[in-house]
Amino acid sequence: MASKALDIVKDDLWKNNPVTVQILGICSTLAVTNIFLNTLIMGLGLIFVTSFSALVISILRNIIPSRVRMMVQVLVISSFVVLVDITLKAYVPDISKALGPYVGLIITNCIIMGRMEAFASSNKPGLSFIDGFMSGVGYTWVLLVIAFFRELLGFGTLLGIPIMDPVMKSIGVTGGWTQWAIMIMAPGGFFMLAVFIWVANTIELKIGHEKE
Amino acid sequence: MEAISPWVLFFAAIFTGNILLTYFLGMCSFLSVSKQIKTASGLGLAVIFVLTITSAVNHIVYYNILQPLELEYLRFIVFIIVIAATVQFLEMFIERFSEVLYLNLGIFLPLITVNCAILGVSLFMVIRNYTFIQSVFFGAGSGVGWFIAIMAMAGIREKLNNKRIPPQLQGPGIALIITGIMAMAFVGFSGIVQIQ
Repeated sequence: MASKALDIVKDDLWKNNPVTVQILGICSTLAVTNIFLNTLIMGLGLIFVTSFSALVISILRNIIPSRVRMMVQVLVISSFVVLVDITLKAYVPDISKALGPYVGLIITNCIIMGRMEAFASSNKPGLSFIDGFMSGVGYTWVLLVIAFFRELLGFGTLLGIPIMDPVMKSIGVTGGWTQWAIMIMAPGGFFMLAVFIWVANTIELKIGHEKE
Repeated sequence: MEAISPWVLFFAAIFTGNILLTYFLGMCSFLSVSKQIKTASGLGLAVIFVLTITSAVNHIVYYNILQPLELEYLRFIVFIIVIAATVQFLEMFIERFSEVLYLNLGIFLPLITVNCAILGVSLFMVIRNYTFIQSVFFGAGSGVGWFIAIMAMAGIREKLNNKRIPPQLQGPGIALIITGIMAMAFVGFSGIVQIQ
């Protein structure tokens, strides 16, 4: 059990990472990665939804008739998303507004459906919970890296605190930081994700060569 | 929102606010089904079809059932059920009445239920308070925009088949870079019509 759980952790965080390797679920969250804080909140919401819906689906796995399996999974997932949505609206209304429709779009995030189908519907609740949690984390950390660079280059800030301006001034550039507008707009998201995948694959190839 | 003409929304949804290139919706199927023009056009047509119908149905359901009962927070669950049911119904309908259409669109319909663009359009429509006519035009325009994007992508990817690409970028990597360049091209449209 312990070694299996460790394998899951390794798999989800790097070897079989949902974003870089499986290219799943980028639809709903790439849009919010131009601001670090929004990405963090979105990621936490997603981790909550994946882990708990994995748990519920796994507990129910022997009761659900296989013909209506998908429908039940979608319903379980959307109930958790409703919880996240209401919570965000109550405690962080500004961020909830900024995230707009993307919180609801967690439902159609392919990662969640994929994990339910591939793992939770045929494994014990404990392991499924770990798997759901870790694939959420594996997804969130990649997006956080992307968001880090997009906000830093796009706005010159991090969590709203100006970073690039003081840095540029301290090395003698009087004009301060010129914002990379492209990073805030949609193309920046596509490019950053492509660069991330490029770097990840390069590292992976290198490890492969060393093993040979 | 009464003032905006539906046609403006239609063209805005295609060019300035392209559902895929500016809102990142429908990326999963966009990346996995854009390897050939033929399959891409099948999926694209199915998306236009489903988007137009579901945005109409969801508009009716939201404003006539959920709002009077003050059940707006249930909209995620209701929308996804409506979408799944519409897709299922369409599949049976098409199978019954047009074999040619079924052979071309049939296999793509189940894929569409989990396409984020469909749910995304319904959620946008609620957030932006569109009227019924506006919603339908917005849905159709978004579908056409998605269709154009996936067709362009499939065309480019077919040409890339026998080109030399760095091994680390093969597959999704290069596809994302191309999408980024396409998105930059669409940013050029942003002055034409402005909606929010």
